[in-house]
Amino acid sequence: MSGFQQLFDQYDWDEVKAGIYAKTATDVERALSARKRTLEDFKALISPAAMPYLEQMAQLSRQLTQQRFGNTMQLYIPLYLSNECQNICTYCGFSLDNKITRKTLQKEEILREVEAIKAMGYEHVLLVTGEANQTVGLDYFREALELIRPHFANISMEVQPMDEADYKALIPYGLHSVLVYQETYHRADYKLHHPKGKKSNFNYRLDTPDRLGRAGIHKIGLGVLIGLEDWRTDSFFTALHLQYLEKTYWQTRYSLSFPRLRPCSGGLPPKVNMNDRELVQLICAYRLLDQEVELSLSTRETARFRDNVIKLGITALSAGSRTNPGGYATDTGSLEQFEISDERSPAVIAGMLRSQGYEPVWKDWDESF
Amino acid sequence: MTPLIISGHTFSSRLFTGTGKFSSLQLMEDALLASGSELVTVALKRVDMHNQADDMLQHLRHPQLQLLPNTSGVRTAREAVYAAQLAREALETNWVKLEIHPDPRYLLPDPIETLKAAEELVKLGFIVLPYVHADPVLCKRLEEAGTAAVMPLGSPIGSNKGLKTADFLEIIIEQSNIPVVVDAGIGSPSDAAKAMEMGADAVLVNTAIAVAQDPVAMAQAFRQAVIAGRMAYEAGLPPTGQQAVASSPLIGFLDEV
Repeated sequence: MSGFQQLFDQYDWDEVKAGIYAKTATDVERALSARKRTLEDFKALISPAAMPYLEQMAQLSRQLTQQRFGNTMQLYIPLYLSNECQNICTYCGFSLDNKITRKTLQKEEILREVEAIKAMGYEHVLLVTGEANQTVGLDYFREALELIRPHFANISMEVQPMDEADYKALIPYGLHSVLVYQETYHRADYKLHHPKGKKSNFNYRLDTPDRLGRAGIHKIGLGVLIGLEDWRTDSFFTALHLQYLEKTYWQTRYSLSFPRLRPCSGGLPPKVNMNDRELVQLICAYRLLDQEVELSLSTRETARFRDNVIKLGITALSAGSRTNPGGYATDTGSLEQFEISDERSPAVIAGMLRSQGYEPVWKDWDESF
Repeated sequence: MTPLIISGHTFSSRLFTGTGKFSSLQLMEDALLASGSELVTVALKRVDMHNQADDMLQHLRHPQLQLLPNTSGVRTAREAVYAAQLAREALETNWVKLEIHPDPRYLLPDPIETLKAAEELVKLGFIVLPYVHADPVLCKRLEEAGTAAVMPLGSPIGSNKGLKTADFLEIIIEQSNIPVVVDAGIGSPSDAAKAMEMGADAVLVNTAIAVAQDPVAMAQAFRQAVIAGRMAYEAGLPPTGQQAVASSPLIGFLDEV
């Protein structure tokens, strides 16, 4: 056992949780005035004790974000290649036990999606799939990347965790960043929500960012699915993971997401509900811990919430998203992975950003730079 | 740029200078004039009390230059009081830079003897400018004792290391009701500008000018740096720290339905 798992196993979920809930106003004030914040400070900032300090956290978060990122906001969009999946995930519309029309895009269809996404202004794209290693495996990804790469400055993937060698094989084809969410760092609960399929292996998933780091990927995205377990404890482990990775794979960039569980076909209701105020708290706490990390917010959130929260630390925003394969060009009628809340077009989002003084950025990095 | 007032005396230059370590007295004179400085420290031990034609004093006789005798060389409060009295007679000024360093190696000021001497000298009618560590509490104690200013050090004297004590200088400046003159350790014009940007009322520079390759040009550089730093301070630098917030301009939306 090596990598993050070794560090992770030194922590006890219940102890961490108790530690967070024991934080006091004094701890929060110390965290707020610290020049360099620690994970203990982070615990204080995500604790209930920090709630009265939310405005101060928001001001600091905004200031730190502007200092680092200026007035830019990166826009991104997912391209769902497939909803085939061999996993059972209790909260996901693509779950194996969910009787929906399954669809994996073929070359023609991919190109039509690419065309539609390019027409919206995007210069980069996030490829998304379920986990169906037989049909949507290394070979499929290599072909898809070859097909897509000429059209975009860079490509990200949010697909099943892969071996280090697979990542190494895909990077030369233009793979720039990989998003892999642990969903929850609570072992027992993870097992409960992922009873079947390759995804039920907690440790393999936990080790994925290490494999990505060793493969030399440019950027790694982390996160948990908020609603499965106590969000504060899960977010602490996300921060622990982030700090470990930053120290170990220091040439890699990192991004964080904080998706709140949305209704989906056949899905379980969330165990834990995180309200808007708490999500603002988490966003600000992440920024106060780490000035460099990218924070992204998807169309799961409502237009009103997104319009207000972009000022508080967010650096990337999706817009115009469809979460079913073929959703942009062909609309195959296959089911969405989850419901979208903010259905505004990228052009409308870009206009909103400009009106708030932000410059929309349509790509992450250009390989030709 | 607002003028600096110490004990009722107005200075248009916020650069104070010293007279040590110049390779010649002529060069010293030229550099001091080029610096625009209006307050120049003189070590009492270098002045020949009984010789009105003392060579060094001849080079300092300019109407814009006010002399500030210092007590350098004394090791106790009692010696300092005695030296100040001699200086008052010899140089006909009741201004004194109080410096007491029993340690001959680093010339670090003795805070206890300095406070004692300050209390005594104030009673005797002196205008006291004490050279001290960047100790915020000591500075408040000296202010209470009635000193005209405080002169905390930026780093060990003569070291040219700059503002090693910046965090404490910030506190002193924030808390002080009397002028704060950053003394000792300022090694370059950028150090001087930085101190002025922090809100110091003046800086005292000696070694960095005296031992420069071209002391006259360096004196001019310091003159400009001090002006630039003060102007920036008065213009209001953008905040880098956290701001206190009364209203809820960023999270107000959470309360709306």
